[in-house]
Amino acid sequence: MDSTYINEIRRQFPILNQQVYGKPLVYLDNAATTQKPLCVIDRERDYYLHENCNIHRGVHYLSQMATEAYENARRTVAAFIHAAAPHDIVFTRGTTESLNLLASSLGQLLIEENDKVLISAMEHHSNLVPWQQMLRQKKGQLLVCPMDDNGVLDLQRYETLLDEKPRIVSIAHISNTLGTINPIKEMIGMAHKHGIPVIVDGAQSIAHHYIDVQSLDCDFFVFSGHKMYAPMGIGGLYGKSDWLEKMPPYQFGGEMVDQVSFEATTFNKLPFKFEAGTPNVGAALGLESAVRFIESLDRNQIEAYESALLQRAVEQLSEIEGLRFIGQAAKRSGLVSFVIDGIHPYDLGTIIDKMGVAVRTGHHCAEPVMTRFGIPGTVRASFALYNTMEEVDVFVKAVKKAAAMLR
Amino acid sequence: MTIKEIQDAIVEDFSMFDDWMDRYAMLIEIGKECPLIDDKYRDDKHLINGCQSRVWLSAEMKDGKVYFAADSDAVITKGIIYLLIKVFSGQTPSDILDSDLGFLDKIGLKEHLSPTRSNGLLSMLKQMMLYAEAFKLQEDKK
Repeated sequence: MDSTYINEIRRQFPILNQQVYGKPLVYLDNAATTQKPLCVIDRERDYYLHENCNIHRGVHYLSQMATEAYENARRTVAAFIHAAAPHDIVFTRGTTESLNLLASSLGQLLIEENDKVLISAMEHHSNLVPWQQMLRQKKGQLLVCPMDDNGVLDLQRYETLLDEKPRIVSIAHISNTLGTINPIKEMIGMAHKHGIPVIVDGAQSIAHHYIDVQSLDCDFFVFSGHKMYAPMGIGGLYGKSDWLEKMPPYQFGGEMVDQVSFEATTFNKLPFKFEAGTPNVGAALGLESAVRFIESLDRNQIEAYESALLQRAVEQLSEIEGLRFIGQAAKRSGLVSFVIDGIHPYDLGTIIDKMGVAVRTGHHCAEPVMTRFGIPGTVRASFALYNTMEEVDVFVKAVKKAAAMLR
Repeated sequence: MTIKEIQDAIVEDFSMFDDWMDRYAMLIEIGKECPLIDDKYRDDKHLINGCQSRVWLSAEMKDGKVYFAADSDAVITKGIIYLLIKVFSGQTPSDILDSDLGFLDKIGLKEHLSPTRSNGLLSMLKQMMLYAEAFKLQEDKK
């Protein structure tokens, strides 16, 4: 892809055009959060300038406008991931809240004593702790599908674990630590043969890959807005209507009720049943703008470009003595994680930060993954469509320099 | 030497370098060359978990003065630990509790003690102050 196109995109992200410690900022922490384009920032600002109002309850003009805008945003998001209907999308604060909602509500619906939930060994804490805590309460058991040294899930073990009849499967589409793209379509098919519903954690995939929840046939898909160029504090839960209808509400109050008396309450229809309290309308509209922004791009080209960024980083890093990649799956996306012999990731991150390079160091909220590989943490560089090949070069140079200092 | 005198000496050492890279290079050298804690203290009992880097700390009281030993698995963290120990070890509990840490600001390393850094240093510093406090109470009771 030619650099003028990327520079044009880059100009829409003013935050990137700054210096830190007197050096041009090289932002490679996109798996933690992406930066926001002007259209998203403007949309949220516009909402508060002209449209702000509580929704779904006012008869007055502003409330109706805000309600309509909010429900339009839902339609846009539904179309973006090819959901069957807008009411299959529940707005949440993000991936973590969506997974907590599912652990609580779907857990209440499906899990009884001695029941099991199956996750994988590469989940981040958000797709582990909610299940673990729910199962502890219900006296159930967490099953964990193992992975090999390259960070690839063992599908044979997955099959035998399905034989243990877990009631729910919850799997990352892409690992936030290893970059592994899991074969979720195949895994969903395998689980469905046993009649088990599957949740796909799309936190790391939604910004980078086409998502078609109907073609995947997943029962649930969760994601965060802030990892796809949208504001913080907004995200989504997609669920097949059949499931969402059956599930009990997660939180109570606000617009999620139908009729209330002191004796009993009936609940509103989908998706409002799951949206208690005043939602983050401004952020939802920002999310809609982020979706439109992504849709305005040539997505195949962007995917190829992002994978070229990753490949360049991997190739150049491979030249560094003592460097070991954590996660070497053949199918990877978006990020590279590594350690260097004798060098603590924290030290490396501290030094390259001084050179203007922003990466993440540590356990990436996935401590069991670190334990699996016997390391305290990794250095993780993660890419987005506004990163340039030159930035990859600056990053690798910074790593080389820091390694020389620290050895 | 008093705490203030030691701090001034450190500031003078670091003031030789204008460049952050040289300052960090010095910190890394310090961190590498100083075995700071006896292996028997590198256990969970003495561990201060900082999320990013791990820190071990032990303290004892001898002749009215506190002696600290500490270590970390990250070398930059260890370098700063060395500075803190140099400043506080061998001082009386009261002097430790009355001191300030302005010297870290003067040598451009204050950011490492920020609560958002999660390198264990701030927790370690708090733990050192708690030790000093506890030792002071012991002394006062005598």
